[in-house]
Amino acid sequence: MELYALTIHELHDRLKAGEVTAGALARAVFDRIRAVEPEVHAYITLLEEPALAQADRADRAIRDGDLRALTGIPIALKDIFCTRGFRTTCGSRILENFIPPYDATVVERLAAAGAVFTGKTNMDEFAMGSSTETSYFGLTRNPWDLDRIPGGSSGGSAAAVAADACIAALGSDTGGSIRQPAALCGVVGLKPTYGRVSRYGLVAFASSLDQIGPFTKDVEDAAILMNVIAGYDPRESTSVPEDVPDYRAFLGRGIDGWTVGIPKEYFVAGLDPEVETAVRDAIGVIEGLGARCVEVSLPHTEHCLAVYYIVAPAEASSNLARYDGVRYGYRSPDGRDLMEMFKKSRSAGFGAEVKRRIMLGTYALSSGYYDAYYKKASQVRALIKNDFDAAFRTCDALVTPTTPTPAFRIGEKTDDPLQMYLSDILTISTNLAGIPGISVPCGYTAAGLPVGVQFQTAHFAEGKLFQIAAAYEKHANFTKRRPKL
Amino acid sequence: MKITRAEVEHVAHLARLEFDEAETEKFTSQLNDILLYMDKLNQVETRNVAPMTHAIARTNAFREDRVRESLPRERALANAPDPRGEFFRVPKVIE
Repeated sequence: MELYALTIHELHDRLKAGEVTAGALARAVFDRIRAVEPEVHAYITLLEEPALAQADRADRAIRDGDLRALTGIPIALKDIFCTRGFRTTCGSRILENFIPPYDATVVERLAAAGAVFTGKTNMDEFAMGSSTETSYFGLTRNPWDLDRIPGGSSGGSAAAVAADACIAALGSDTGGSIRQPAALCGVVGLKPTYGRVSRYGLVAFASSLDQIGPFTKDVEDAAILMNVIAGYDPRESTSVPEDVPDYRAFLGRGIDGWTVGIPKEYFVAGLDPEVETAVRDAIGVIEGLGARCVEVSLPHTEHCLAVYYIVAPAEASSNLARYDGVRYGYRSPDGRDLMEMFKKSRSAGFGAEVKRRIMLGTYALSSGYYDAYYKKASQVRALIKNDFDAAFRTCDALVTPTTPTPAFRIGEKTDDPLQMYLSDILTISTNLAGIPGISVPCGYTAAGLPVGVQFQTAHFAEGKLFQIAAAYEKHANFTKRRPKL
Repeated sequence: MKITRAEVEHVAHLARLEFDEAETEKFTSQLNDILLYMDKLNQVETRNVAPMTHAIARTNAFREDRVRESLPRERALANAPDPRGEFFRVPKVIE
């Protein structure tokens, strides 16, 4: 097997045994990137030169006996994480030339663990989208079918992992932006509990929902990355000072005697029959592992999408007010006074979807409409969270499909925002409730497109999430298949 | 109609955005569709439900108030479209 196709834990063992060097690994990954990138376009910016220097340092560290969790492992970063000295665009023209003066906490933590950064991956502009088609830097193609989207907003990270154009990647998830592309690209994607991973240096979209997590080739790699990135950060006021267990310790424990809930509202009209079959098969595997699967109800599920598309745009309209052409980012040369400069810079710097959401959010927060929209949505959100709290009083975990359909065709939904929004319908509730969720490959359609199963657990129960995901993966064994590129 | 053309123009000003005729037309129609969908929420009884603002209940996260190193001025100005000396320069504000 080629080096680039291996997992973090497999490569770690080889680096430790001296069977491979970090330099050879980095060169293998960049050769792979050169081979697949013309078709897939997973990256906005490649960082080959600094990566090779990091790989050299990794080899020296290994010789000195200092092999850390990620020493020499090539990892891709969604272009939403600030990287000191390397441009961070967030998929937007308005940040086309932005060079952050500091690193995001997750970048610092990965670097301290010895990681090698391959580059910055493509994404929907400001993480607003479900297909990576709203990027200012062109679209990314699904490695399983180049006529289809990879999902979004972290489509570049998902496609890079699926195409072996990195060993693992980080993304961010506001309404499904890690789990949805992971499902559509046939890789593992995890959204941790709100507050579990510091967002310092993450370009903000919707602050009550955003969370950072890993894309990996198997569940064990996701646990390895979580061991590195999770934990309290005094620079991030929503990060939670709660102990981080060793997530790898949960991997072999099994789920014998568990109660696993099947929320009936997630198996309704609009669910693709091939997706449903694959997920029902996964439920069969879970039962075979000794868990009792019971139907549960999350009665406010049908309102999740409406709540999300009020809360997220409202918060985004406030967060994106900072892009005014004054301190950083694009400035239009045509503004004769300050107000005109603001309007022309923002109108030329943002794409259509970002403007649509800023408009929606500004409207929902504007005088006279706040109670009808933002307050109402926040109240229904509380009811959605209560549904989950009730379910987790009797269930160890919940299992659902990650997406209603497999990857759709490029251009299929770009003219109908509401249809595009519906592709997140099964992932949004996780963010609204703040709980963790993971998508694991659970099969393929007749046309060969990947399908994902989503597991959810209670707040800060990532350990149990790894327990069920690893037990399922071991018996179903869908994570080994790779696209033909 | 949930939102009129005039309201779209007003909201665009609040958001510091400007649109041409065709864009205003398109946004009015798309925002209408989306807002009509939001009407679903009126079916939910929410009297006596406290609005949820964060996913994890936390009180204020205070830190010790002491002087620490901050971003040096040159680095803070490095991305400015029009820096002048120690300042961010902008077009004329006052007539």
